[in-house]
Amino acid sequence: MQSSLRIRKITKGIVVTIGLLFFIVILLFPFYWMFITSIKPDSELYDMAQPPMQLLKPTLEHYVYLIENTRFLLWLKNSALVATVSTAASIVIGTLAAYSLARLRFRGSRTLGLTIFITYLVPTTLIFLPLAYVIRSLGLFDKQVALMITYPTFLIPFCTWLLMGYFKGIPKELEESAMVDGATRLQALRMVILPIMMPGIISAALFAFTLSWNEFVYALTLAQTEAIKTLPVAIVSQLVLADVYFWGSLMAAALLGSVPIAILYSFFLEYYVKGMTAGAVKG
Amino acid sequence: MTQTAEISGKRQSRFEQFSQWFNQEKILGPALVAPAVLILLLLIAYPFCVAIWLSMTDKMIARSDTGNFIWFANFTKLFKDSIFQRTTINTFNYALVSVFFKLVLGLLMALVLDEVKIFKNFFRGILLLPWIVPTSLSALGFLWMFDSQFSILNRFLLDWGLIQEKIIWLGTPATAMFSVQLVNIWRGIPFFGISLLAGLQSIPQELYEAADIDGASSWSKFWNVTFPLLMPVTAVVTLFSIVQTFADFQIVYVLTRGGPVNSTHLFATLTHQTAILAGRLGEGAAVSLFMFPILVIAVVLQLRYLQKQD
Repeated sequence: MQSSLRIRKITKGIVVTIGLLFFIVILLFPFYWMFITSIKPDSELYDMAQPPMQLLKPTLEHYVYLIENTRFLLWLKNSALVATVSTAASIVIGTLAAYSLARLRFRGSRTLGLTIFITYLVPTTLIFLPLAYVIRSLGLFDKQVALMITYPTFLIPFCTWLLMGYFKGIPKELEESAMVDGATRLQALRMVILPIMMPGIISAALFAFTLSWNEFVYALTLAQTEAIKTLPVAIVSQLVLADVYFWGSLMAAALLGSVPIAILYSFFLEYYVKGMTAGAVKG
Repeated sequence: MTQTAEISGKRQSRFEQFSQWFNQEKILGPALVAPAVLILLLLIAYPFCVAIWLSMTDKMIARSDTGNFIWFANFTKLFKDSIFQRTTINTFNYALVSVFFKLVLGLLMALVLDEVKIFKNFFRGILLLPWIVPTSLSALGFLWMFDSQFSILNRFLLDWGLIQEKIIWLGTPATAMFSVQLVNIWRGIPFFGISLLAGLQSIPQELYEAADIDGASSWSKFWNVTFPLLMPVTAVVTLFSIVQTFADFQIVYVLTRGGPVNSTHLFATLTHQTAILAGRLGEGAAVSLFMFPILVIAVVLQLRYLQKQD
C-alpha cells in the first residue's frame, strides 16, 4: 500500500517534469536561437558545414552594426515616448471612468460599463482602416501624436475594465467615512481610495505599456515617415530590406526591441500575472 | 475691508455650491466617464460608421474626391472574387485550428504548472514570454527559423531523420498555412496556460478532499470536479482568443504577406493589401467588415455569460 503510493508519487513527478521540460523547450527555443544568431559571426552563420548549435567565436558586431548604422536608438525613443504618453493618458481617463462605473449610481451606468467592455473586444484590425481615414481628416496623419491619441482607444477599455474589478474589491465604508469627515467624493478618491488602488493601477499601467509597445497595425498605417516609426514597425519595414536579410543584426534588433518589455515584466511579474488572471477570471 | 470679506465669502460659497452640485452622483458619475466615452465615440464608433459608408463607395486613396456611392457593389464583387473566397477559407482554417491547439496545449500547460511546487513564479514568468514580447519581433525570429536555406528546424528534422528533404516552410501553400498557424499557437499557449492555471487554482481544495474521501480516481476527479468548474474561465478565454485570432494580422504580415498565391491571406491582411497597398479604400473597408459578425457573436455570448454571473 505504502510503496504503491510512493510509486504513484514518483511517476507523477516524472510526468510533471517531462511536461515542464516540453513547454520550456518549445516556448523558449525561438528566443535561444535568436540570441545565438545575434552573437554568431556571419562566417559561421552561413556555413552549412558547421553544426548549427555550435558557436566558435561569439561576437557583438551585429549589435554594433545596429547601433551605428541604423536609426535603432531613434525608433527605441519613439516607442518609449508613444507608449509612455498613451499609457499615462489611458490610466488617468480609465481610473476616473472605472471609479464612476464601479461606485456611482446614475442612469445608464450599467449600459455604459457594458459598452466600454464591448469596445475592449474590438480588434484593432477591424478599425485601423477607417481610423486612418478619420486621422487624415483631422490633419494628424503621419504624426506621432496620431499614435498617442489612437492607442488609448484600446487601452482605456482595458484599463477601465481591469480597474472596475479592483474598485469593487475596496469596501465602500472607507470613502464614506472620509466623506462623513467633510471630504468631497473626489477628495476621498484621491486621499483614501487611490493609495489602496496602487497595485491595481500598477498592473493596469504595466499592461497598457506592454500593449502600446507591441502595437503594430496602427503604427504601420498611421506613421509612415521613417523618423517617427515605432520600433516593431521600423524593424520589420526598415531593416528587412528586399531580399537581403542581415540575420545577425535583425535578430539583435528583435531581441533588443523585446528587452524593455521583458525587464519591466520581470520586475513586476506578480502584478502582471495577477492582472492577467483577474482579467481572465472576472471575464 | 468688510466688503472684500463679503465678496470672498460669496465666492467661497459659490465655489462650495458648485462643488456640492458636482459632488452629486448623477452629475459626477457621467462627468468622470465622459472623457473615456468621448474618445471611444470619436475613434471607435465614428470610424466604424465611416467603414460602413466607405464600404459602399468606390473611394480610392489616390483620388481626392469622396468617391461614388455604389451600394453593395463592393460586396457582390468580393463574393465572386476567388482571392476573397480563398481568404475566407484561410481565416476560418487559421482561427479554428490555432485556437483548438492553443486550448488543448494551454490546458496541458496549466495542469503541469499546477503541479510544479518549486520556483513556481520563475517558471510561470519565463513561460509567459512568447505572449508578452512584440509579436512582430518574435515572428521575425520565426522568419529566420523558416528560412528557405538556413532553417534550423529543417536541420534538426534532417539530423534526426524525420524528413529526407528540406521543407520549404513558407514557400508552398500548405506548409505556409501550417507555419503561420504554428507561430500563432506558439504565441497563444502561454495566454491559455496562465489564465487556465488561475482558473484551476480558484477551485476550492475541499472539493478534491471530498472526492478523495469518496475514493475517486484522478481521472474521475478531473472529469467531475476540475472540468466543470474550469468551464466558465475556459469559455471566456477561448471566446476572446477566437475574436483575436480571427482578426490576426502581424504573423502573416511578417512571415508571408498573404502568399504564396494568397494561401495565407486573412481578412485583416487582405484589408491592408486591398486598401493601403492597392489603394482601393472602399473595397478594403468592405473586406474589413467581414471581421464584424464573429465579433457580434462573441459579444452576445460574453454578455449572456456576464448576466448569468450577476
